[in-house]
Amino acid sequence: MSGFPTHLLSMDDLDVAAIGEVLRVADSFAEVGRRANPKVPTLRGRTVATLFFEDSTRTRMSFETAAKRMSADVLSFAPGSSSVNKGESLRDTVETVQAIGMDAVIIRHASSGVPAQVARWVDHCAVINAGDGCHQHPTQALLDVFTVRQVLGGGDDGLARFRGLRVTIVGDVRHSRVARSQVAAYAALGAEVTLVGPATLLPPSLEGWPVAAAGHDLDAVLATTEVLSLLRLQGERGSGTFVPSLREYTASFGLTARRAARLAPGTPILHPGPIVRGVEIAAEVADLPAARITDQVRNGVAVRMAVLFLLLGQGRHDGAARG
Amino acid sequence: MAERERSHTRPRGAVFVPRAQVMTADDVRRAITRMAHEIAERNRGLHSVVLVGLQTGGVGIAHRLAETLAEVEEAVVPVGTLDVAFYRDDIGLRPVLPEATTDIAVDLTGRTVVLVDDVLFTGRTIRAALNALGEYGRAQVVELAVMVDRGHRELPIRPDYVGKNLPTNREEMVDVSDDGVALGELVGR
Repeated sequence: MSGFPTHLLSMDDLDVAAIGEVLRVADSFAEVGRRANPKVPTLRGRTVATLFFEDSTRTRMSFETAAKRMSADVLSFAPGSSSVNKGESLRDTVETVQAIGMDAVIIRHASSGVPAQVARWVDHCAVINAGDGCHQHPTQALLDVFTVRQVLGGGDDGLARFRGLRVTIVGDVRHSRVARSQVAAYAALGAEVTLVGPATLLPPSLEGWPVAAAGHDLDAVLATTEVLSLLRLQGERGSGTFVPSLREYTASFGLTARRAARLAPGTPILHPGPIVRGVEIAAEVADLPAARITDQVRNGVAVRMAVLFLLLGQGRHDGAARG
Repeated sequence: MAERERSHTRPRGAVFVPRAQVMTADDVRRAITRMAHEIAERNRGLHSVVLVGLQTGGVGIAHRLAETLAEVEEAVVPVGTLDVAFYRDDIGLRPVLPEATTDIAVDLTGRTVVLVDDVLFTGRTIRAALNALGEYGRAQVVELAVMVDRGHRELPIRPDYVGKNLPTNREEMVDVSDDGVALGELVGR
C-alpha cells in the first residue's frame, strides 16, 4: 500500500498518492451512501471516539455517521458534561479513553497542535485531527478536493485536472485552519492558489505558503477563477476586530449576486460551513446550483469513511496484533 | 494491481513472473463460449439471469459471457460489477482496498445471479460477495462462474461453471487476462 500515515494530523501527512487513494476509496463509499441500506460491515468490532473540545455540527455528525455506516461503535465525548469540568487534564482524558479501548480518536480542539500531542501519547490508536485552532482541518480539505473533482471530472482519478487549476480562497485566511489544509491540498495537486482578503486577515508573510498570489481585490480575480472557495469570518477567534465592520467586509469580499454573475458559468463555489448568509455569501448565491455547499456536506461522509478505512483497515493498529 | 487482494494480495511493487502458460487466448475464448452455453442450458431462456463480475478480474469475463450469450442465445443479459472490499473478513489482517466502485443497476430480488470471477482460491472473496449481494435484493439463486479454480478452499464454496481446474501450490500466483492464463510467482517488493 502507499505510505498512508498512522495518524491524520495535517494535510502535510498525505502525499499526492495518498490523496488519490482517499479520493478513490471515497468513490466506493459514495456508492455505499447511495444504497437503500447505506451500511457495510467493514469496521465491525472497532471503536471510534469523537473528542470535540470545541463546537461543531457538521464535522462531528459527519464523522459519527461515517463510522456508524462502517459498523464501528462510536463513543461521543462532550467536555461540557465530562470530568474535564472536575479539572481532569487533557492527558488524563486521553489515557482514560485509551484504557477503555479505542481504535481511533477524532479530536477537535481550540488549541493548535493538540491532536499531534495526543498522537504522541497513544499507541495502537489512530488520531484524526478534526480541526485544531488555526492550524489544520485535513478532512475538510479532502472533501473540498473530492467535491471539486466531482464537479470538474477529468479521468479515472481526476487528479490531472488540478494541475494549474486556478483556485481562489477568499476571506479570513489568517485564522482559518480550513485555509491552511486547503492550500496544502491544492498545492500538492499542482493547483494555483490565490488568497484574497483584507490585509488584516491574510497571513503577514507568504513565506511557507505554497500559493501563487495574495491580494485584496476580489473583483480582479473573479473572471479567471476556476474554483471559488469562501471562508467564514471567525467571530470566535476575534475576526470581527480585524475588519471595520461586517458590512464593509461584505462590500469588498462578500460573494454577492453581482459578483457571482461574473464567475465563468459552472464555477464551483465552496464553503466549509457554517455559512453566515449575507456576510461572506449572499443568501441567494448560497442557493445557486454552482454553490456546492450541501454536496460538500454529503461528500464529507464518504471522504471520512475513506479516511477511517485507510487508517483502521490496513492492519497497522490492533489488527496486526490479532493477525 | 488488479489482483491485489483477490489472488492473495499482490504487494505493492511486486512483479508477476510467469513460469508456464496454462491457457492461450484461444483456450480462454473457448472456455467462455462453453461456460456461456452451460449457463444458457441450466437457466433456460435466461430471462431472470444477471451476470455480476467481481472487481476487477471478473468484470471483463462477465462482459465477454454476456456478449457470447447475446450471440448464441440472442438474449440481453444485464451485467453488474461488485467490489467486495468492505465485506471481507480479513480487513486489518492484510491490505484490502476497493478496486473500483460497485455498479448493480437492477434489483436482484427473484433473479438468478451468476457471480463471475477470474480465479477461485480460498473462497473468501466469494463469501464476501454473497454478503455484499444481499444489499441489492434477495436473489432467487446465486451461481458461480470462474475462469480458473486453483483449489485450496478455506470455506464450503464450489463453482458451478469452471473454465479450467488448475492444481497449484499456495505460493504460486495465477494471472488471468484476455491473452490467456499463466502460472508463476510474485517476485521482489
